[in-house]
Amino acid sequence: MTNKTPRNTAGVSRRTVTAGLGALGLTAGLAPFNIARAAGPLKVGVLLPRSGYQAGIGQDCQRGVDIAAGILKDLGYPELEIVNADTETNVDVARSRAEKLIGEGAQLLMGAFDSGQSSAIAQVAEQKGIPFVINIAAAPPITEQGYKFVFRNFPTAGMILRDAFVDQKEIFELTGASPKTAVFMHVNDTFGTAMAGGIGAVMPKFNMPYKILETIPYDPAARDLSVELAKAKATGAEILLMVSRLNDAILLTREMVKQRWSPTSIMSMGPGWYEDQYLKTLGKLSDGPLSFAPWYDPNKKLSKALEAALAKSSPGVNLNTNHVYTFEALLVAADAYKRAGSTDPKALADAIRKTDIKDNSSIGPGISFDAKGQNDKIIGGGIQNRGGKLVTVAPKEAANAKPDWPLKPYNQRS
Amino acid sequence: MPFDIYLNVAVGGILTGLVYGLMALGLSVIFGVVRVVNFAHGEMMTVAMYIAVTLFSAFHLDPLIMLVPIAATLGAFGYALQAGVINPFITRPEHSQFLLLVAVAIILVNILLIAFGPDAKTVQVSYAYDSYQLGPLIVDATKAYAALAALVVAAALFCFFQYTTLGTAIRACADNYTGALVVGLDVKHLYALTFALGSACVGAAGVMLALIVDVTPSIGPAYTLLAFIIVITGGLGSMPGALIGGVMIGLTEALAGLLFTPSAKSMFSFAILVLVLLFRPQGILGKKVA
Repeated sequence: MTNKTPRNTAGVSRRTVTAGLGALGLTAGLAPFNIARAAGPLKVGVLLPRSGYQAGIGQDCQRGVDIAAGILKDLGYPELEIVNADTETNVDVARSRAEKLIGEGAQLLMGAFDSGQSSAIAQVAEQKGIPFVINIAAAPPITEQGYKFVFRNFPTAGMILRDAFVDQKEIFELTGASPKTAVFMHVNDTFGTAMAGGIGAVMPKFNMPYKILETIPYDPAARDLSVELAKAKATGAEILLMVSRLNDAILLTREMVKQRWSPTSIMSMGPGWYEDQYLKTLGKLSDGPLSFAPWYDPNKKLSKALEAALAKSSPGVNLNTNHVYTFEALLVAADAYKRAGSTDPKALADAIRKTDIKDNSSIGPGISFDAKGQNDKIIGGGIQNRGGKLVTVAPKEAANAKPDWPLKPYNQRS
Repeated sequence: MPFDIYLNVAVGGILTGLVYGLMALGLSVIFGVVRVVNFAHGEMMTVAMYIAVTLFSAFHLDPLIMLVPIAATLGAFGYALQAGVINPFITRPEHSQFLLLVAVAIILVNILLIAFGPDAKTVQVSYAYDSYQLGPLIVDATKAYAALAALVVAAALFCFFQYTTLGTAIRACADNYTGALVVGLDVKHLYALTFALGSACVGAAGVMLALIVDVTPSIGPAYTLLAFIIVITGGLGSMPGALIGGVMIGLTEALAGLLFTPSAKSMFSFAILVLVLLFRPQGILGKKVA
């Protein structure tokens, strides 16, 4: 009994000592993960334009948020607690909502689709020392301010244009096309103006076959673009270069039909023309435009997982930039949280800075950030609307279809 | 730039301006009689646009056919709004009326947002993409129909005020409130009826505008502002002034967009407004207040 009692009380044997040491080692090895679990899910404030004239795109971005939880869980990332906020397509509202979210305990901010709104949020995030991961915003100055808490997994206007011209030349080679003239129309918001400035700076370096006859800026909230299109038509240009949003892309297409003008090609370097709502609203009239935009590689494993998840959550909706880059921003957040093992803003920011995700969805080698907080390795893609679907036509390594050229005239579509 | 471009743009501007004019006519009628500025004007028009879109998507009812029923619905809504909500505010300070109608506007926008979501909705009628070619002139069919309907509605309203007993009674209320009470007119009812007529006008304009532009819950405030610019330019309270103001703004925006830069076309509307306020504060056809 004497011998038995201590053994039973302590329960110590060589086996239990070994198991105990093993458990201790395992605990030590997973210490950061345990701390993260102890802190609970990372509270992420998601700022998107859910109302106002960008509401359609803001809601589309939300689809990327909606599919994130399941996929991140499957990939072994810790849970995120999403707190939604509406920027109302307004820079000042974006700023105040960011402040409110931080006040309510958001440990990381994500958003906000638009460059102007993202710039305002970036200022707040930097001031408060809360990491801000931008899903979509291309104006270069955002990551040129020396911010320490702002990260962008989205190309700058210059990068979009560089890749757009490279992809255009690839398409010209493939189709044997050589357009000589273009008219350039763009929204005059922060993004559109940055892109217009970038075209002037970047295009000469690419020796494009066409020259731009006229540049026509317009109000992104315009209700009627008949005058703008009449002006574009009057130039007699072969192709229409666009930097637009969604509603204006729809308005312009309608005007092209009404004013009986079919350019040889519509080449967009921004959102609008590939959006699901564009395809659904215009039906057969939506076929043909080429969009040169940050896109996903349809051949990547994560892209297929995103497509499957989206098909389940939003049947009939095509996966696009809005979903992919919004998802990837949350992926960056979850990945950083997992590695940092803490909700401490500085630890999170340090972890984001060291991000190295290879298995992502967007075209390019993966997600990492330079000293400015910019992912400078993203590659843009060329996509074309075809039969209500989107096909990737450039670059070659990510393409799943060949480009159709020229645009089928609108009056010949039954 | 070829001359036909100017011609096409000018005609398009005039046609759109006529619809704008009808929308502003509602605002002008309400202010001219009830002396209440309807800050929920654009939002009420958005409601009419959504009714048109919903009837079309659910039952394929052409908005032009549904013009009268939708205008009547908005008229009934306007009557109820005036009689039930606005009337107690008639004698209150203007800022109280302003706050009330801004609150109504915000409520309408949010109801629409909840009911229809933020995505743009459109009416895809069979003639949505039609245009008529007359020599070098290409006329957008939907704009032409909408402008024609605007003229018909405006003419009907004008005839109502000029040639019917009810119209005369309403004008009497506008001219002399105390006198109207003395002769036994039911001023409260006539005020509500006027609000109903103004709302019906904006309802009709909304139906026609649904043929031209996509509707989202948030477009209302921009149209409220546009209606103000038009009625102040044309003359607050003047019916022909509202139509002329609408055409003027439509034409100016169109030509300014063509001759200068399209993104600055709204600037020219405001420039006209400033000029009118400086040199003819009562508006082009407005009466000078002593």
